[in-house]
Amino acid sequence: MQLYRNLTIRQKQIVWAWAFLALPVVFYTVIRFYPTANAVLISFQDWNLLGDRTWAGLDNYAKLVADPVFWQVFRNTFAYLILGTPISLVISFIVAYHLDKTRFMHGFLRMLYFLPFMTSAVAMAWVWRWFYQPVPIGLFNNALASIGIPQINFLNSTTNALPAILAPAVWAGLGFQIIIFMAGLRAIPRSYYEAARIDGVSTWTVLWEITLPLLKPTIVFLVVFSSIGFLRIFDHVFNMTTNNPGGPLNSTKPLVLMIYQTAFNSFDMGYAAAQTVVLFLVLLGVSLLQLRILRDR
Amino acid sequence: MAVAEDIRPTSETLLKVRAPRRPANMGQFIRWALLFAGGIAMVMPIAYMISTSLKWPHEVYNLKLIPDEPTIDNYTYVLEDGRFYWWFVNSIIIAVITTVSNVLFDSLVGYTLCKFRFPGRYIVFIAILSTLMIPTEMLVIPWYLMSQQFGWLDTYWGIMFPGLMTAFGTFLMKQFFETVPDDFIEAARIDGLNELQIWWTVAMPLVKPALAALAIFVFLGNWTAFIWPLIVTNSVEMYTLPVGLSSFGDEADVAWELIMTGAAISTLPTLVVFLIFQRFIIRGVVMAGLKG
Repeated sequence: MQLYRNLTIRQKQIVWAWAFLALPVVFYTVIRFYPTANAVLISFQDWNLLGDRTWAGLDNYAKLVADPVFWQVFRNTFAYLILGTPISLVISFIVAYHLDKTRFMHGFLRMLYFLPFMTSAVAMAWVWRWFYQPVPIGLFNNALASIGIPQINFLNSTTNALPAILAPAVWAGLGFQIIIFMAGLRAIPRSYYEAARIDGVSTWTVLWEITLPLLKPTIVFLVVFSSIGFLRIFDHVFNMTTNNPGGPLNSTKPLVLMIYQTAFNSFDMGYAAAQTVVLFLVLLGVSLLQLRILRDR
Repeated sequence: MAVAEDIRPTSETLLKVRAPRRPANMGQFIRWALLFAGGIAMVMPIAYMISTSLKWPHEVYNLKLIPDEPTIDNYTYVLEDGRFYWWFVNSIIIAVITTVSNVLFDSLVGYTLCKFRFPGRYIVFIAILSTLMIPTEMLVIPWYLMSQQFGWLDTYWGIMFPGLMTAFGTFLMKQFFETVPDDFIEAARIDGLNELQIWWTVAMPLVKPALAALAIFVFLGNWTAFIWPLIVTNSVEMYTLPVGLSSFGDEADVAWELIMTGAAISTLPTLVVFLIFQRFIIRGVVMAGLKG
């Protein structure tokens, strides 16, 4: 205590700062940095959890490149991204654009669109899974049958299953994107619109020349945010295909599900770790690429 | 001449003239009607989930949204089974403790990085920032090994430890502490408060809206978290609601109305909280989304 009293004010500040940071620094080191390094290390090893960890060099990565399932999974993961991000951004922008111009029951409408964001992905995956069941169980097919349209095979078809699983993921994210878009729209100075009105510019031109360019920071944020979300899709896929996760015939399996199965069903830790490194690189690459493309233009 | 000049429209008068509110025209009505239809479509899955959880088995597969004879039989059945009760309690405990931990630690770290000048500040800042780039999925394998080594598998601590602090929360709070004037802190120092007291009694009350936004995000995230609890738990009593619901739905011959009941039990708490604090939560989500 005597020692502390003798310190200058600045020195005391340093002591306090490090006292505040002590526990968090330990946390980030032990729970974030060490595991990251460990994941990279394990990716170069061969290990089934029970035996010894043996050095495997690049074997796991070589196996990955030669694994047709991995390439299928890789394509699926990007299919979720390439379908999901544009669809959800276009829908949420259209809704936000019009909702922003609507005053009557504005709060109520906003609430309707936002509600799905507050749900649990697992719960909703099961609800949608029920919707997709064949006649006489599933809601969608029952509805189609009642108006005389032949039923659609949603989850058991290698072509329909992926979009069918993507739909609830897009649905659940819309509310967040709409809210963020509306905040972005509000932040555009009114005076720009007034000026455009005086010049007699058409609504369409205002949208393309004023609204969208000024929304760019918002769009960048949402594109990156939702892309990362779709590249990491797991809850919906796992729960809508629990009888055969990632099926039928791996047609819906994303990278995270492959990681989960390799690590916790086959206990091939080295191989799974190599897949996580690939996931990390993909996420990093996609976010850097998008930031670059969208910032420059 | 003077009169003529007075009525010449300037940009300012044009702005004033811009009708206080144009009478609702057809276009506006169509816009509203389409938005309303879309909004109703958005909540349909939730509505059908709740409606089905209140139906008798023989009514489940018809398209009616309002059950002919509503029943709470499904809820009684599911809760008497006991498992959902346990999973609910587990989820509450985990989400609450993680939220409290994030609110305390993320704001403490954010505050320190924002208001203190000390050697190592920049390194700590960059280090924590860089963890935002690491996906959780990359860490689950090392976390699992760590849990296995230390006996954390299948415990509350095991489920919670990865999320006790987040870089996202730290940066959100750091942003908000920027808005707290340094003079306030200086004044408190002169009044003889120590740094811990200043943080807790001076700075924290000034960022309450941000704390609430953070709490909402962390609670929702942990309430719905799936992959890590799925990995780290293996006994049925330790499951959280999402893990429990997933295993329940996967059991052979479970009726859909019971699955819908389970889904409703795991969704309704957050929906109810949202409906009560709607404006507040939306503002919080915007704040967290834009600043974080």
